[in-house]
Amino acid sequence: MNTRINLAGVELKNPVMTASGTFGSGMEYADFVDLNKLGAVVTKGVANVPWPGNPTPRIAEVYGGMINAVGLQNPGIDVFAGRDIPFLKKYDTKIIVNVCGKSERDYIEVVERLADEPVDLLEINISCPNVKEGGIAFGQSAANVEHITRAVKKAAKQPVIMKLSPNVTDITEMAKAAEAGGADVISLINTLTGMKIDINRQTFAVANKTGGLSGPAIKPVAVRMVYQAANAVKIPVIGMGGISTAEDALEFILAGATAVSVGTANFYNPRATLDVIEGIERYMRDKGVEDINDLIGIVK
Amino acid sequence: MKFDETAIVESQRQISDGIYDMWIMTANIAEKSFPGQFISVYTNDASRLLPRPISICETDGRRLRIVYRVVGGGTAEFSGYKAGDKIHILGPLGNGFPIDRSGASGRKAILIGGGIGIPPMLELAKRIQDDKEIVVGYRNSDTFLDRELKLYGNLTIATDDGSLGTHGTVIDAVSANKISGDVIYACGPTPMLRAVKQYALDNGIEAWLSLEERMACGIGACLACVCRSTDKDSHSMVHNKRVCKDGPVFNAAEVEL
Repeated sequence: MNTRINLAGVELKNPVMTASGTFGSGMEYADFVDLNKLGAVVTKGVANVPWPGNPTPRIAEVYGGMINAVGLQNPGIDVFAGRDIPFLKKYDTKIIVNVCGKSERDYIEVVERLADEPVDLLEINISCPNVKEGGIAFGQSAANVEHITRAVKKAAKQPVIMKLSPNVTDITEMAKAAEAGGADVISLINTLTGMKIDINRQTFAVANKTGGLSGPAIKPVAVRMVYQAANAVKIPVIGMGGISTAEDALEFILAGATAVSVGTANFYNPRATLDVIEGIERYMRDKGVEDINDLIGIVK
Repeated sequence: MKFDETAIVESQRQISDGIYDMWIMTANIAEKSFPGQFISVYTNDASRLLPRPISICETDGRRLRIVYRVVGGGTAEFSGYKAGDKIHILGPLGNGFPIDRSGASGRKAILIGGGIGIPPMLELAKRIQDDKEIVVGYRNSDTFLDRELKLYGNLTIATDDGSLGTHGTVIDAVSANKISGDVIYACGPTPMLRAVKQYALDNGIEAWLSLEERMACGIGACLACVCRSTDKDSHSMVHNKRVCKDGPVFNAAEVEL
């Protein structure tokens, strides 16, 4: 039975990775998860300099999901490269660094800084709804997506994943724009912009007013968008959005995702990634599937 | 070391209005727990995703005790658990109070708890072998844990409505009773912690405060539960310490409240 998949020439032992921002760089989860078993670890977004993030409260629970507005707090690329990459290098898993920025220059600076680091793939976050500048601003027009993709690709030594926002009218336009700009892979969906009002305090539940909705509540939207995007481009798609079980992950794979990311589920089941990997293998045995690649996008 | 356990409820009873007292049998967590640490408790309701961080009230090495207030649907679910029920918990989490493992430091301690910040004071009071004063604040005379706390030190009570002890805050009670000490350990609502910090500063007393913030992962990965810190934090170097991992107990001088 083969669970190996290929993303732009990088072979992963299985299609299961972590979603950026939900797993740190794996250090905190290593108590519960053997990182060697993961297809890849996708790190929390890192910028050229440290970012303090948003005021608290940064999160709120909603029915079947959560809203977060952490605001991409991160230590900046220098600390990250000296601490997080060497940590991940000790494990037999692929390293995907998520890159965030407020300007094209910021993204390029991080991407160039990572050129000589032992990083397998770069994921460019052009879809964070919680920062005022950059982030989602790059991800909401096809022209901007194509432009930033091309600029990043020119500077990048590693294959580039463009992480797309679901907060757009037509996801296929953004997927095609990323492909036209030279993206090697696309990943989706980032969180949906949401809001919760705290009726006792009579104010917004998160200090940023709006935040990104994630968790099981968004899964049907994510599956639909992954299906649409996968059918609009030739490059591989990484699917995510509300995956907590192997059954969820398989929906994305059948809809066209080559790989999947487990995000919010890590918060309520620290070993969710392992449960998904084991469940996919069980499904393959039960269905007599020899190669995971035979499942990708077969639901048309 | 942290453990992800499906533990067993040994007993549960209501001990005050909306306050529940649960003993849990654990494989490892109880043995490894230190006062001031907490556990993440997961609900069985899949619509409620996030674990509820609950402070550790007491441990005997095999069993863990939590005393918590029902504040929403998640804690309401926990309050319905009966002896023998399974409970999914992660812990022990956080740093705990910085007391010597031997419990003796030769310094007089003042333990201050407010409302649902009182429970962690019980295990702390048990462990500290030095001379100590315990000051607790309640809304009214519907108290909890006071009889047990009395076993471990001189207990002073303050109530918001004046129905028992000093009418006012824990700091009012400290002043009214001329309570003095060398180090303060406190847990309670932020306004109380702010007052304790000011009192400690005014009187030149070292103080350790246990903070609360909305959490998601509970282990330091998601960066949801940060607080403003004087020093650069070890994770992001931006003066945002993680309440769940760098805390929940901080030196009063190192956090802005």
